[in-house]
Amino acid sequence: MHPARSIIVFTTLSGAGFGLVALLALGALAGSGSPLLWAALLALALTGVGLLSSTFHLGHPERAWRALTQWRTSWLSREGVLSIATLGLFAVQMAADLFYGMRLVPLGLVTAALATVTVYATAMIYASLKTVPRWHTRLTPACYLGFAAAGGAMLASAFAAGADGRAAGLEWLALGFLLVAWAAKGLWWFRADRIPLGSGDSRPETATRLGRYGRVRLLEPPHSMGNYLTREMVFRTARRHAAALRRAAALLGGGLPVLLLAAGLAAGGWIWPAAASLSFLLGLLAERWLFFAEAEHVVSLYYGEGERARPAGFPARPA
Amino acid sequence: MTALPNDTPKKLGLVIDLDVCVGCHACVVNCKEWNTGGYGAALSDQEPYGETPSGTFLNRIHTFEVLPEANGAGASPMVVHFPKSCLHCADAPCVTVCPTGASYKRAEDGIVLVNEDWCIGCGLCAWACPYGARELDEAEGVMKKCTLCVDRIYNENLEEVDRVPACVRTCPTNARHFGDLADPDSAVSRLVAARGGVDLMPEQGTAPVNKYLPPRRNRAPAGAADETPPAAPRERAAGLTGWLERVVEMIG
Repeated sequence: MHPARSIIVFTTLSGAGFGLVALLALGALAGSGSPLLWAALLALALTGVGLLSSTFHLGHPERAWRALTQWRTSWLSREGVLSIATLGLFAVQMAADLFYGMRLVPLGLVTAALATVTVYATAMIYASLKTVPRWHTRLTPACYLGFAAAGGAMLASAFAAGADGRAAGLEWLALGFLLVAWAAKGLWWFRADRIPLGSGDSRPETATRLGRYGRVRLLEPPHSMGNYLTREMVFRTARRHAAALRRAAALLGGGLPVLLLAAGLAAGGWIWPAAASLSFLLGLLAERWLFFAEAEHVVSLYYGEGERARPAGFPARPA
Repeated sequence: MTALPNDTPKKLGLVIDLDVCVGCHACVVNCKEWNTGGYGAALSDQEPYGETPSGTFLNRIHTFEVLPEANGAGASPMVVHFPKSCLHCADAPCVTVCPTGASYKRAEDGIVLVNEDWCIGCGLCAWACPYGARELDEAEGVMKKCTLCVDRIYNENLEEVDRVPACVRTCPTNARHFGDLADPDSAVSRLVAARGGVDLMPEQGTAPVNKYLPPRRNRAPAGAADETPPAAPRERAAGLTGWLERVVEMIG
């Protein structure tokens, strides 16, 4: 799939943003005054910028409000409705704490639950698509939820450490979430590598239903040049690049944050969890780029992808 | 509403005969011509006379070759021209993912359409379609798809003989047929029954209305089997890898 910059930025930032929303709603930094104010503003900025950037790839952004109407069937619509509901309740709860010193605990529980379901809805937009076998797994929401929680905990610990010098509880929480998230992502990559296009139920033979006569190969595409479908869905990434980017994602998004959080636990100070958060977000951008670029869409079967190797002696496809 | 109708009294659709299609692309041209001036926005082209011409089409012809497994090297392949447009699926995944309600399936005849005044051009429906039936028009920023020439088939200003989709009307070899596939006595349903018409990618669970008639056996190369062989079962790895494979399968 074509890795659209706006969607990569959106899913990365809004994921971490909703993670932070959930933790603040659950009472991290409650009653702390200005650290809570800055953390809440950052949460709103991350989710807001994310939502805004997601409208940049639309053909008609001015009609985006219509996307709030079909929540009965569409995960994309649900995501829109849920994010607005979450952010509305979050703003009320934060304002009550910051300006009136009120701890609205039940409201916080609801807000945190809604933030979680919002991230789940984002993931389900992709996980519900049968046409992209690598996305079509419960591991996809597991990864999105894990990364959102880890990012949120890391950011919250930076603010907490800024206020108190230490934030051991939140840093341990971030480490735990980070471990769970990368375990899920490891499994996700493991699974993805085992289901290249054409190896599963959908193959050139089932796409054309000509399999009864033999193995199927594209002789001529419909047009001499590409089209919307090939640009959007038949995106190919070099294996070498993908492997290097996976290492970068795991290092920046997993390895380095673990070390920085450990340093934070040992030495204290806000700089460690803050650096961990920055590194984590950079790593996640790489992870998210790969999530799209490495995904293969079954429509590619009509464009010559996923074909089995030719028998020996048979002319190879012309370059 | 993007909820699908439970059942439609009519299932209007196409039956495409792969045995007689000669790959002339006349249906592609006539589709483009009719639909660029008909329902909704025009079908734009980008750089039509430039270095990298590209454009919006609702119907495209692919050409495949099929080589019998048994003969291997030296066998001559069968060449099959393969027209592809929207299959107007009964369980259309493109409709349910639409966040705005712009995509819908008509309750009366099962035609899948896009309300272009509501479409935000997010492209999710094109991702949900396994067949590549939907293309975002780059000039208009809205999703375009086959309308089954809804502005022809009910159009009483046209001669009755012309009240069929443009691709069907223009096909010089009669490779395309239009009719009601919900009616078992319709000409198209009888054709499907007589020739063993099939669904494309049945494993995707979309229940397409359009059917494809496979090439007749006398065109098939010697040694051709009767059925699509099932995908080879994956061998389970040993040790830790095998255990991880089981875990991933369990998660689903």
